[in-house]
Amino acid sequence: MSKAGLVLLDCWVSPFCMRVKIALNEKGLQYEARPEDLFGGKSDLLLNSNPIYKKVPVFLHDGKPLCESSIIVAYIDETWSSPPLLPSCSYARAQARFWADYIDKKVVFDACGNIWRSKGEVPVEAKTEFIEILKQLEGALGDKEYFNGDTFGFVDIVAIPLTCWFFALEKIGGFSVAAECPKFSSWMKRCLQRESVAKVMPDPEKVYEFVLMFRKMQGID
Amino acid sequence: MAGEVVLLDFWASPFAMRAKLALSEKGIAYECKEQDLLNKGPLLLQANPVHKKIPVLIHNGRSICESLIIVRYIDEVWSHVSPLLPSDPYRRSQALFWADYVEKNIYDLGKRIYVVQEDQAEAKEKLIQCLKTLETELGDKLYFGGDGIGFVDVALLPFSTWFQTYETSGNFSIQESCPKLVAWVERCREKPSVSEALPHPQKIYDFYLLFKEALGVK
Repeated sequence: MSKAGLVLLDCWVSPFCMRVKIALNEKGLQYEARPEDLFGGKSDLLLNSNPIYKKVPVFLHDGKPLCESSIIVAYIDETWSSPPLLPSCSYARAQARFWADYIDKKVVFDACGNIWRSKGEVPVEAKTEFIEILKQLEGALGDKEYFNGDTFGFVDIVAIPLTCWFFALEKIGGFSVAAECPKFSSWMKRCLQRESVAKVMPDPEKVYEFVLMFRKMQGID
Repeated sequence: MAGEVVLLDFWASPFAMRAKLALSEKGIAYECKEQDLLNKGPLLLQANPVHKKIPVLIHNGRSICESLIIVRYIDEVWSHVSPLLPSDPYRRSQALFWADYVEKNIYDLGKRIYVVQEDQAEAKEKLIQCLKTLETELGDKLYFGGDGIGFVDVALLPFSTWFQTYETSGNFSIQESCPKLVAWVERCREKPSVSEALPHPQKIYDFYLLFKEALGVK
């Protein structure tokens, strides 16, 4: 498959774009990542490929656009079947989709946003809620290596990119994920040892710099 | 595969209606257990400890939560009859995209209309815009699923039972702005599988009037 067949409209700091890149890496696929300037001006290709939301990631497979990171990852899994990212049993698949949905509903905008968008001191409730959500995820992980079981899979891919934002949250909020949720922290380290993940995840310090810059732009700092 | 199918339900919930539509389309027999949402019982709390919400599908004793996840599960387990999602991965991704679009917009906008607060006018405008976008996606097809009811039809149809409530509390007409979509609703309701699964909009409006406070109307 030529590189030209697979294109990702990308942004280095977007956990949603990272999900797609990790999935493509897991499948051993070559792709072209085109960085979008989300502040300077979105490309015509982006605006035409995702007219509804005008957001990254957009994945183009031989020119056909796909939007929404979880949907893109599922498509990649269905189109290139090896290694499988979802279990084959329908009930286990439903559980995986449930936790991916939970992560998107609870973690992404609400819990993380309540911390990094805080003006002044981060409210205790925001930090407590965030930790409680991670503990809920620890419960889902149980004694497994990965959310997917013995092998890295869909829920792991949905969750791990968000963790590169945790350093920024910890600095802004004054707390430690490792101290509060050691199991979750171990899972994070395990995932980061995978090449498919390590070559995609940015340095958390760089993400922190970005968040500070973004806060200034938004008038929060 | 058949086994025991139980649905933890609330009759007026559009999310529960999605599950009922899917079960009805597939001709699956199930036991419907209406839940008291103001006083949630142990069965619901045990079956959905994370969100404590309906619908929950309990199949052979195992619970599946979140309405669209339930519909996908039903579609996969009973795959041999009335498939709701296309088999082609790209077409499937498109259906998932539009169901997700419905999920991101319709319930919240509808609620902002029926609770009658300062942002009602903006919510009305946005709802019409969303429904028009969905009309464009429907195009000349009979159903979002093509010739038959599909995943997006199942995701969106339940909200049509609340249209009368949105229109009356918001004093506007969905029929006027989105005649094609209303025609699609009527076309769907002609199917026995749909009319069996969905309550009449008047019943939903009566429910709204009775339970305004519980629904958040100030």
